Amino acid sequence: MQNHPVYTDNDPQTAPSTLNLGPTHPATHGVFQNVLQLDGERIISGVSTIGYIHRAFEKIAEHRPFYQITPLTDRLNYCSSPINNMGWHMTVEKLLGIETPKRVDYLRVIVMELARISDHIICNGVLGVDTGAFTGFLYMMEYREAIYEIYEEVCGSRLTTNIGRIGGFERNFNAIAFNKLRKFLKDFPPVLREFEALFNRNRIFVDRTKGVAEVTTEDALSYSWTGPLLRATGLDYDVRAMNPYSSYEDFDFDVPVGEKGDVYARFLVRNEEMWQSMRIIEQALMKLEKEPSDIFHADVPEFYLPPKEEVYNNMEALIYHFKIVMGEIDTPTSEVYHSVEGANGELGFYLVNDGGRSPYRLHFRRPSFINYQMYAPMSRGMLLSDAIINMSSLNVIAGELDA
Amino acid sequence: MGKITNEELLKKINAKFDQQITVVGEPYGLLTIETSRDHIIDLLDFLKNDTVMQFIFLTDITGIHYPEQASPIGVIYHLHSLVNNVRIRIKVFLPADDYHIPTATTVWNGANWMERETYDFFGVIFDGHPDLRRILNVDDMTAFPMRKEFPLEDPNRVDKKDYFFGR
Repeated sequence: MQNHPVYTDNDPQTAPSTLNLGPTHPATHGVFQNVLQLDGERIISGVSTIGYIHRAFEKIAEHRPFYQITPLTDRLNYCSSPINNMGWHMTVEKLLGIETPKRVDYLRVIVMELARISDHIICNGVLGVDTGAFTGFLYMMEYREAIYEIYEEVCGSRLTTNIGRIGGFERNFNAIAFNKLRKFLKDFPPVLREFEALFNRNRIFVDRTKGVAEVTTEDALSYSWTGPLLRATGLDYDVRAMNPYSSYEDFDFDVPVGEKGDVYARFLVRNEEMWQSMRIIEQALMKLEKEPSDIFHADVPEFYLPPKEEVYNNMEALIYHFKIVMGEIDTPTSEVYHSVEGANGELGFYLVNDGGRSPYRLHFRRPSFINYQMYAPMSRGMLLSDAIINMSSLNVIAGELDA
Repeated sequence: MGKITNEELLKKINAKFDQQITVVGEPYGLLTIETSRDHIIDLLDFLKNDTVMQFIFLTDITGIHYPEQASPIGVIYHLHSLVNNVRIRIKVFLPADDYHIPTATTVWNGANWMERETYDFFGVIFDGHPDLRRILNVDDMTAFPMRKEFPLEDPNRVDKKDYFFGR
């Protein structure tokens, strides 16, 4: 029998205690482990351990043809998989020199902005839950469902979407998709307005978040932060505005920035980004009316799989189908870096190609991975309850963290 | 501020590192240069602190493996000048069985995990790194899995043979 120390309320505890926060902990929303040294409720130091759901995507990608890598990108940030899918397609298109028609670009913009909204819904909703307000989360979740239903009409799946193909989309958007999209644009703004009314000036929420985990722009840049976290510190770096892809230069939108980089600023930046995303989608719908409605992919038969019915009845389609599946088309020997503005920051794809059917080397620049490394250093001196809120507002997605 | 062209960038870098860099090319408009490990930190520091170029943002550090080369393992840095909106790629190749390179954590804090990831997958030792441990793989792993000789699957597996599937 071991003698365990027995503490009473009057015993002062002088030694720091060790707390194993995670890997599975109800407050961390994902598989994250942090071993914290605590002095009472204050964190003295912490060590993050990651890699619990590492799936070796970069290694697997070296053995797969380009079009089969899209499902791997789904599972990076699974809260906004369409952005990952589109980022990957655009990387390959950049490598191959494929120009996509404007209509494809606008459709992609719609899907990517929907994904951004759904990601921010989760992040801000969960931030509310962690500060004790469940209402906002449940209220907003209905509209993530509405977004998933739009994905369903477009590609057939909901969470890991595998949406689109190299060169465009696998099929055209149908009328139901557009109807659901318009309904979403009509129904969501009052909900978001009410969500903001619930939180923005809520005494409890403001007290819990304002001034918590403040980050200066210098620190954020030194740790290579991107996305809403960097913008909350006051720097307006947005890949969509700085290096426009998929015709983002045609759209009129603002890049919201915060001031102090605290949890409250991140919350406000994400909310404002949802408004801007809706603005972009509305513009995209208007622009789509001027485009021919039957174009949904670029004319690149060497890389875009022909429809199945044509494969069985049309010789050229059969040849191209065979060539694509067997990987008999030469690709340029080169290297390309392409990045898109993911929901958490700059999502980059570094692709080195040796002319074959699969990449020689593919590296994902995953914003969650890079953003999360400041978590343990910045938690020093913080209250444990603040560190929990800080983690929610970093919006680290385990799939993107561990690739 | 206007965008700096790659020629201007190269001219400025050449003025200080004339013999130490070689130009690989400009694939898709991204200037790519190669240097040696003796000069990489000086070069990164220079690029970051130069008042005109201001490559203040470290986008990424990663590795690559070319088994047939005399210097098989490469470390690749992507930098971004947010002021001028221009990017640059820097490569350093390391000779066989001597995969040492100085750490960039002295220049950017964010290099920490990126270098740990590169160590984890390619076995590159970053000298001076404060905490060079494996990051995504288990600590007691002995191989460096992103090297080309490491098989994707165990070659001795028998449950995936083609004849089980009528092939």
